[in-house]
Amino acid sequence: MSFWQKIIQYRWDQIEAAISSKTAEDVRQALRAPTRNFDDLLALLAPVAADFLEEMALAAHGLTVQRFGRTIQMFAPVYVSNECINFCVYCGFNRHNQISRATLSVAEVEKEVMFLHGQGFRHVLLLTGESPHHVPVEYLIRIARKLRPLLASISIEIYPMATDDYRRLIENGVDGLTVYQETYHLKRYAEVHPAGPKRNYRWRLETPDRGGQAGFRRLNIGVLLGLCDWRVEGAYVGLHAAYLARSYWQSHVSVSFPRLRPAAGGFQPQFPVNDAHMVQLMCALRLWLPDAGLVLSTREPASLRENLLPLGITQMSAGSKTAPGGYVAKENVEGQFEISDLRSPQEVVRMIAAHGYEPVWKDWDAVFLR
Amino acid sequence: MTQLPPLIIADRTFHSRLLVGTGKFASTQIMQKAIAASGAEIVTVALRRVDLSDPQDNFMEAIDRDRYLFLPNTSGARDAEEAMRLARIARAAGCDPWVKLEVTPDPHYLLPDPVETLKAAEILVKEGFKVLPYINADPVLAKRLEEVGTVTVMPLGAPIGTNRGLKTRDAIQIIIQQAQVPVVVDAGLGAPSHAAEAMEMGADAVLVNTAIATAGDPVGMAEAFRLGVEAGFKAYISGLGRHSWEAEASSPLTGFLRNNHA
Repeated sequence: MSFWQKIIQYRWDQIEAAISSKTAEDVRQALRAPTRNFDDLLALLAPVAADFLEEMALAAHGLTVQRFGRTIQMFAPVYVSNECINFCVYCGFNRHNQISRATLSVAEVEKEVMFLHGQGFRHVLLLTGESPHHVPVEYLIRIARKLRPLLASISIEIYPMATDDYRRLIENGVDGLTVYQETYHLKRYAEVHPAGPKRNYRWRLETPDRGGQAGFRRLNIGVLLGLCDWRVEGAYVGLHAAYLARSYWQSHVSVSFPRLRPAAGGFQPQFPVNDAHMVQLMCALRLWLPDAGLVLSTREPASLRENLLPLGITQMSAGSKTAPGGYVAKENVEGQFEISDLRSPQEVVRMIAAHGYEPVWKDWDAVFLR
Repeated sequence: MTQLPPLIIADRTFHSRLLVGTGKFASTQIMQKAIAASGAEIVTVALRRVDLSDPQDNFMEAIDRDRYLFLPNTSGARDAEEAMRLARIARAAGCDPWVKLEVTPDPHYLLPDPVETLKAAEILVKEGFKVLPYINADPVLAKRLEEVGTVTVMPLGAPIGTNRGLKTRDAIQIIIQQAQVPVVVDAGLGAPSHAAEAMEMGADAVLVNTAIATAGDPVGMAEAFRLGVEAGFKAYISGLGRHSWEAEASSPLTGFLRNNHA
């Protein structure tokens, strides 16, 4: 059993139709329900729910404070390579793009992480493009072993791997896996991934399954907002998260909200997602998944991040660089996309505190994994 | 006013029967004030949140270890091995050999694993730890833990963070009746009245975190819980009137029988 068997029972057009048919009364019912079913999620994603944003926000805020308290867990991305053999039309690392490419040495990665450590970070997310030749699993294992003594938690956002490779990474201190499906729409997925190994929708869709089977403690999923209708994507990502939490009951599931940003290649989103949509999506998913982590990166501008903070966010990055070596190790290497919130971690932390939240730098310990 | 009897856990005496947790607060300052207002003498801290190797760690610094028993907990541990590793590291870093044992393999409801908890408790007790295990309200498990030498049992009232009160009331009542170690009701208490209810039933103490940390005014709520615990305990030792299900009719329905025989 994988999410593939589950998702084929849900047709895109049927979900789309169900969402558009929801009424204000359906939204009211969804808001009142003590536990919510899939139809409630669809109602909260519906166009009519736009009139209930304040109610949704209040409910989402209340649930999040109860479950997570007034805390925001801090993390930083560390890009270790921008080599890539894929052709994702929206991504700066697209193989066609004539950009300067680099893969950091283990020592350079350590240098980047030392810098982040000095800023206070103890949770990092290692990122790469897809290039098993430049970034084999053995290289990631060497990095994990090197970083382990410095960090409380190491997560990865890399190309999909087989279960056994994930097991090896976990054995060497990697505890979290992030992988975005980008879009759950099969045809759209094929359009934006015209070639390369990423074209395999099912292999990517089942990546969190393989991660759960390998034993990652954290599974993080998401869709790239802007590729397709965010309402239907929200329903699928909600289903996927609920499925993962049920199947891999010892792993904590979280959802990210990456919205398309300008990048090399100049791709324009065909389904733009505005701020009100972001709020609705985030609140709907919080009400559907009271215990899930919700992650917001520096893709979003500072002011919006402040306003989204109390609506259900549990994890934030700050001061991010999206180029390998971008913190200190290298100069003039291309990033994956443009950062919007350019504030330093210290400034972000002050903002979080000013909103009555405690920034949490350490909420895990390397000691959990052997 | 008569002095209320103290709470004795292992070899230590406490005058407060409210234990508090340190998660979910909006800032360290608010946490410190709330702990002070709660009157608690035992403060539990998740080891995953602290850096034991850093003497200037925010959390460690914030809790005056001369004033409070710093009770490390193993929150996040998914099996006995992980919990034991955390406990040993805390002791090696200079913490008192006390540990609130939490083995919660599911990260969503954070419900305790009875099998792994018992396994870890037995080994940690042998290693000299004072073990305070967090458990579901399971009377048989409570007795088994007592037998392996834990210094309390800590049954939950409802899942952590739910504020739902004593959903496990009947099982907790049995645990209290059978226990030979202090029973600390842990998790799920959302209001001072819930804490008072647990104390009125005969619990020895309660542990509260979410309801205080996430209140509009955590300091005020901490004080309210202190008062709730005190009121409930005082009511318990003063001897509560028994509930009676039957109304005692002033003119009994069968009174005529007696009248006839009079």
